[in-house]
Amino acid sequence: MRFILKNSFRFFIIFFIQVFILSKVPPLHQFIVPYFYFILILWLPFRTSRTSLLFYGFVLGMIVDMFYKTPGLHTAASLLIAFMRPYIINLLLPKEVTEWGDDEPSRFSMGALPYSTYILFLTLLHNGYLILLEWIQFGSFLYFIGKLIGTSVVSLLLILITELFVHRKTRSR
Amino acid sequence: MLIFFLLLQGTSLYMLFTYNNFHHSIYTIFSSELSGKVFDRVNNVEEYFSLKKENQSLRLQNAALLSRLPSGLIVADSSFSLVADTLKNDSISVVRQFEYMPAKVLSNSVFLQQNYIMLHRGSDQGVLNNMAVVGPDGVIGTVVGTSKNMSIVMSLLHRQSKLIAVMKKGSGLGEVSWDGKDPAILSLNKIPQTVNVKKGDTVITSPYSDRFPPGMTIGYIEEVDQDQETNTYILKVRTSTDFYSIQHAYVVKNILEDEMQELKRKIIKE
Repeated sequence: MRFILKNSFRFFIIFFIQVFILSKVPPLHQFIVPYFYFILILWLPFRTSRTSLLFYGFVLGMIVDMFYKTPGLHTAASLLIAFMRPYIINLLLPKEVTEWGDDEPSRFSMGALPYSTYILFLTLLHNGYLILLEWIQFGSFLYFIGKLIGTSVVSLLLILITELFVHRKTRSR
Repeated sequence: MLIFFLLLQGTSLYMLFTYNNFHHSIYTIFSSELSGKVFDRVNNVEEYFSLKKENQSLRLQNAALLSRLPSGLIVADSSFSLVADTLKNDSISVVRQFEYMPAKVLSNSVFLQQNYIMLHRGSDQGVLNNMAVVGPDGVIGTVVGTSKNMSIVMSLLHRQSKLIAVMKKGSGLGEVSWDGKDPAILSLNKIPQTVNVKKGDTVITSPYSDRFPPGMTIGYIEEVDQDQETNTYILKVRTSTDFYSIQHAYVVKNILEDEMQELKRKIIKE
């Protein structure tokens, strides 16, 4: 119960910031677009099954798409990271994942370095796939590379800020 | 697991690549009704931030409209009456071609690469796909999707938006598009260099469009550049509409469109 409450609360706050605030902030440049809603997928507990991960990614992407009016774009990207997440965790933490129980991936539960790698890789994957799909529709190679770098820097910055503001209690290792 | 992933991935890619072709998809109807309700709530709050600016522009428009009222015009009385009128075809009667339907803007974006505007007026209130949307200051976009009470407008700030334009003071057909960089600047191409173009000139909608009323302001020339290869200009146009703060718009209905289409069909058949 507490788990559901906590996650729905988190969902509404992060979703609200992404859709109603970040999408209206004037960007410094065309390449610098703030995306950080996918942190919701990165923060799900370790024991979340792969099926529910995929389902959650799909629904989250769909809802974001509804408000950005880009059907399928964010859905495809968030699905991809929901699919890749268990593999990355297994790669970074050779331990049995079920042992972690309700713990979420964080710098305390995983350690600072593996956690940073985890965030960096999935952020690049999400933004890379998203912008690749945009590139297929319009734009050039320069657009792809420039926007990938710009967007990812902003995403990582936003995740860092969220990380500092949100206190996530976890068992220490 | 992989199959489940591929299935969902396939669904989303299908939606992504068919959205621009099939505007009237189930997705549009479902999602715009839902997100429209949420946007309506948020919009109620947001409207307060731009009240002053919005009032100003409405007052200006009111003034412009009032000055066009017949009571504001004085014509010297020089008329005389005809007793018997045998003319059957009245050659000076006026036919109304465009009808303006006011609509409230529910949501608007300018910072994405594909910007859409959502209006609180849908198919039940007479909005159809491909209708033009204009504001008090000029062109805004084209309707690409409608549901019962909402409609989605592809704004001029969309990477796939294209609009035929002419220079106000002379001929020269060109094409207005957006390069995705600055929400206040559009690009205008294909105007031949035989036309004299200067900074500050007005760009308007062409009289050949069957959606947009002719002579609607699109923007003003900001920068003139010459393309040596094709002998045309590469122009930058500053939009006359401030896309950052659109609150009200008018959907334009072409009353004569059916007649025009029928005529075109007839010619193609023959």
